[in-house]
Amino acid sequence: MSAANWRGAMNVEPRAHGAPARAVPARAAGAPPTARPRFKNPVRVRHLLVLAFLLAYPWFSTPFFTYQIGAQALALGLIALSLTFLGGFGGMISLAQMTVAGIAGYMVAIFGTAATDGVSLGWPWWLAVLIGIVLATGAAAFIGWLSVRTEGIYTIMITLAIGVAFYYLVLQNYAIFNGFQGEQKVFPPTLGGIYWRDPTPFYYLTLFWALAGYLFVVYLLRSPFGIALQGIRDNPRRMHALGFNVTAHRVTAYAIAGAIAAVGGVLFTWYNGLVTPGSVGTSWLINILIIAVLGGMRHPVGAFLGAIVFVLLQNFAIDVFDRERFNLVIGVVFLVIVLFSRDGLLGWWSALSVRLSTHRGETRWRSARGRLYAR
Amino acid sequence: MEISKGTVVRTLAVILVVAAFTAGAFAQAPPVKIGLLATLEGPFAAGGQDGMRGAELAVRQRNGVVAGRKIEIVKASSDAKPDVAVNATRKLVEQDKVDIMVGPLSGSEGIAVKEYSKTQPNTTFINGSSGAQATTLSSPSPNFFRFNTDGGQWMVGVGKAALDKGYKRVMVIAEDYAFPYSQVQGFMTEYCKLGGKVPVKAWVPLGGKDYASVIARIPKDVDALAVVLGGADAVNFLNQYEQAGGDKPLIGGSITVSQDILNYKGKRRDSLVGTIAGSPIADAYEAPEFKAFVADYKKNFPDGYPSPSLFALVYYINMKATLDGLDLVKGDLSDGQKKYRDALSKMTLKTPVGDVKLDANRQAIGTTFITEVVKDAQGNLHNRVLKKIDNVNQTLGMSPAEFKIGSRDEPNCP
Repeated sequence: MSAANWRGAMNVEPRAHGAPARAVPARAAGAPPTARPRFKNPVRVRHLLVLAFLLAYPWFSTPFFTYQIGAQALALGLIALSLTFLGGFGGMISLAQMTVAGIAGYMVAIFGTAATDGVSLGWPWWLAVLIGIVLATGAAAFIGWLSVRTEGIYTIMITLAIGVAFYYLVLQNYAIFNGFQGEQKVFPPTLGGIYWRDPTPFYYLTLFWALAGYLFVVYLLRSPFGIALQGIRDNPRRMHALGFNVTAHRVTAYAIAGAIAAVGGVLFTWYNGLVTPGSVGTSWLINILIIAVLGGMRHPVGAFLGAIVFVLLQNFAIDVFDRERFNLVIGVVFLVIVLFSRDGLLGWWSALSVRLSTHRGETRWRSARGRLYAR
Repeated sequence: MEISKGTVVRTLAVILVVAAFTAGAFAQAPPVKIGLLATLEGPFAAGGQDGMRGAELAVRQRNGVVAGRKIEIVKASSDAKPDVAVNATRKLVEQDKVDIMVGPLSGSEGIAVKEYSKTQPNTTFINGSSGAQATTLSSPSPNFFRFNTDGGQWMVGVGKAALDKGYKRVMVIAEDYAFPYSQVQGFMTEYCKLGGKVPVKAWVPLGGKDYASVIARIPKDVDALAVVLGGADAVNFLNQYEQAGGDKPLIGGSITVSQDILNYKGKRRDSLVGTIAGSPIADAYEAPEFKAFVADYKKNFPDGYPSPSLFALVYYINMKATLDGLDLVKGDLSDGQKKYRDALSKMTLKTPVGDVKLDANRQAIGTTFITEVVKDAQGNLHNRVLKKIDNVNQTLGMSPAEFKIGSRDEPNCP
């Protein structure tokens, strides 16, 4: 595929009727469109309230809640966000998102510093992180390239296969990945006199990247690329007939999701202080899917909602049901949410807001239109 | 406003109840909160459950009260993964605000929790049953105590016993993490020194299900297999080895022939008879303290095993140390628990299997049993005591300079 053709595929501006695709002037992918009508200022009071809450959170919570609940949920949410983006807006459910995150974590340990002698190269942390994210993004693009020609359950199967293959690779390779023990003591750097693994600094670090990832995805979904991606999700054949390169869009979506998962993976590795085969095992591959589905895949915020519920359950289910069977609580809550809501927690939220606004006398149609990403 | 009789009665009742509670609280010192972590999930779920029983037994023997302070246990679970163990511990220490932390169960978890304990100087950490050498041997934490001997100490004397049985060449099959490294080190150090050979070592992942490739690698000319696998892994291996027609005698790791394994129902079970192993516990140990412990375990946990497992004993020992230490200082945990830690470091702990003292790294010096599996009249498998070795220290009698922590390649005698 030629470069011009590829750029043409990324360009979703309505083309002049009859003009062949090649004649369209090439434009950089993702450049902000000029002629498109802008949305009204989307910032609402509730957004500011949530932001203020998130910023103030470490000041009124304990270090435990800041670190183990807050920071962990944000880091996991970021990884799940990549799946929400891929699955909710690209129509591709990839189980390999934790694999991509794990690749980034492993690369940070291998190129940076970890406890294992003879494995880590000891390069500066920023270089290691950069390499980790770039390699993980490349790996994600590769996974995408392998799996985009499949649909539905076959995408799940092929990405699961890739995830499991990577799990066994890191489990059985000692020269690079150090086998079952994995890479231990992978910590964020001390920078500007702050040790970034202390609860409050680490929380703000994850919050920054979670917000950045969230805003990026929200922006991207309104960009020509995002609109085209959603078009492809809904009707790939029609988009193809309209002249869009479906495969290129999908692979690009995988790469973008990979970059988001990679950032989340670096943060999650720093959070745990280690990355082991257990971090990329099937249970985590599926946990990411659970988080995304639990929160709801219709809006990027769902990933973070799901992560909060998931982390709270993991920590406190044993208190609710103090016996050997506390995992039952986790399972039951998941079942209840998925059974009674078509779209996770977000589904409940929108059902609630529809009900409230119809009470206020608005029509269902108007309140539904207020929601941006309604299918 | 009209006040009915019912309201008055209810109000009075509430006041009475509140008063009773406040009075009760004032009458007694505040409870001591103890966090208890074991693996209730993953490959050691059965062992973790029994470990919890052992710890509970120690609390019940004191009726839940030490030096006038009530003992409150807060439980948590992990799945033998170090990150999960640290998350669970962090929750107990920082969220549930426990005074003392008892756990975890597995080797790599122990190393991770020890590292975490350095960041929480106001909490005292006491081991559960984790037995990796590195936990207390390399960069020990000032507030981490281990009243059980480690995986290396548990295998002292097995090398000699294996040679006595005529096993001159042995293949090692062990899980690939810190605890089996320690066990293999304890066995091979002695075995190699006395002239034994270990031509092949197979390290398999913890929680692995398929042992076909390992079984295929067993050389024809080895006399026995040293199998250091635990929980579900050991059962899986034994089943598959049986199906493959294997007939080599076994040398067991400490948790390969623990009570939870001896109770499994496979056909290969009978071929376990004759297996020698090193362990901190021997079911058939005749000392009255141990018999009393077993009887107490059976009485308290009718749904438990016929005889307490290694995990039950070791969790019991560590929880007993926790409570005995509290008793020594009359429940005084003030001043960053300094007095309590001093008492722990100095005390001689009475356990069902003999006295335990701590060394300078707060690591136990204690007893190891060499055992052999036998079948009793009821058809239950038991460990018979071949030999009892007292006062085994962490460096196995070597000087610290001479002693090397076990790893995949250390020791080596092909």
